[in-house]
Amino acid sequence: MDQKQFDKIVERQTPKPVMFFSILKAFLIGGAICTIGQLITFFYIRFFPFTERTAANPTVATMIFIVMILTGTGLYKKISQVGGAGSAVPVTGFGNAVVSAAIEHKSEGYVLGVGGNIFKLAGSVIVFGVFSAFCVALIKTILVKMGVVSW
Amino acid sequence: MISSLITSFIVGGLFCVVGQILMDGLKLTPAHTLSTLVVVGSILDGIGLYEPLIDFAGAGATIPISSFGNSLTHGALIEAEKHGLIGVITGMFEVTSSGISAAIIFGVIGAFLFQNRNTTY
Repeated sequence: MDQKQFDKIVERQTPKPVMFFSILKAFLIGGAICTIGQLITFFYIRFFPFTERTAANPTVATMIFIVMILTGTGLYKKISQVGGAGSAVPVTGFGNAVVSAAIEHKSEGYVLGVGGNIFKLAGSVIVFGVFSAFCVALIKTILVKMGVVSW
Repeated sequence: MISSLITSFIVGGLFCVVGQILMDGLKLTPAHTLSTLVVVGSILDGIGLYEPLIDFAGAGATIPISSFGNSLTHGALIEAEKHGLIGVITGMFEVTSSGISAAIIFGVIGAFLFQNRNTTY
């Protein structure tokens, strides 16, 4: 049996996820998480001196605090089994990746385990976020200096 | 208030639909999907489309991970406007500080509080 035949058999045996339902579930769970975020944003605008623009920062921090409790108690794993990308794409998925890596590697000690592995899953997001932001900002700055576009 | 809850639900849900299509259709891992969305967010801010989206959808645009790329680029651009090219590097984390600092702080606190029982994503 060569590699191609093997790939065919693997493809036939893997269960095909029902794509429409997984997309619908991602939409509902992701939308619900963003609606909770909007409610927290309202809370910060109403009771603290934040504007609509600046309230995003404390909202993100609050969402990550909530997700720490949900991850530690194992509830977020259940949500992510239903929601798929709906629970991974919001910032709660980023928080879950950080907190679960920290808890999982605690047994290796706080410095080498928690400190060394805390960004094991979420590190790629930070690395490529920073690098793409650098490229985009560099290109835009050069274009503005050349007078092609304005700020 | 109700209408902004509905727009944040729909826009945030659509971001997750894009992520799910990347995961199911193109067979990307979650890490690849999230990295792609972050890059998309930073490009959208570079061409000036992400801020209007935040004005329209509120948390529907700030909660998905693409807003992370947006705020990194936004901080870099604000500093670049003031200080030129060097600001691209110094301004990077100006706006987005809360996401990363909250993740580190609550990650360490979570490691103090909870025992490992199948928490992995």
